[in-house]
Amino acid sequence: MPDAQDILFKTLADPTRRALFERLCRDGEHTVVALTAQAGVSQPAVSKHLGVLKAAGLVLDRPEGRLTHYSAQRSALAPLVDWTSKMAGFWESRFDELENLLARMDQ
Amino acid sequence: MSAQEIRTVVVEREIAHPPAKLWRALTQPHLIAEWLMANDFVPDVGHRFQLRGDWGGVLDCEVLEVEPGESLSYTWNHRHADAAYDLESVVTFTLTPAGAGTLLRMEQAGFRPDQKQALGGAKYGWQQFFGKLEQLLDRVD
Repeated sequence: MPDAQDILFKTLADPTRRALFERLCRDGEHTVVALTAQAGVSQPAVSKHLGVLKAAGLVLDRPEGRLTHYSAQRSALAPLVDWTSKMAGFWESRFDELENLLARMDQ
Repeated sequence: MSAQEIRTVVVEREIAHPPAKLWRALTQPHLIAEWLMANDFVPDVGHRFQLRGDWGGVLDCEVLEVEPGESLSYTWNHRHADAAYDLESVVTFTLTPAGAGTLLRMEQAGFRPDQKQALGGAKYGWQQFFGKLEQLLDRVD
């Protein structure tokens, strides 16, 4: 899914945006006000970043009265993850070494 | 958020050596060190040991199952200061006689869903881990 990957990489390439996303991953749900307090940028800037994150499917917003709570959608990162193949590659190369070892061993 | 999601990596290979010999390579520390990592492995169920990579990474392991010449299973956990980057998995080796040789099967399973995001962080955790593994492998080659 190269398109999905492109969007995710572009979205997370911005350090402020990535920091917001990481904070939501770490701490759970937050309002814009709470996020702004630690973001080091203005509230409109935080709102804009959250909008981009939402468009990429990385955050979910939950309106409650006049407040909107944002939470991380970690499953959206799935397209970036290909550790399964990397791990398989790791074991394949380990098995190469294992065969080398066996060839050197007695019996 | 999806519920517990277990992913599995399976690698199989026909090895031109009998199971008994392969078993030694899987269970004797000085031999394990030659193909996998430095370790203080003992083939006793419940024994805790570490696999130490050249890159400084340490895997915390515990022996879960020992069937001499047939199967070996241990946990393969990588602790990280940030829990989201933790890796918890179980590695199981199964040896099946195949002619004069052995069919070796490695199954690694049991990743929690939040480990996927750690990798997706694109800079940290798993990618770093694998990057260092790859550096290690390059040096080994």
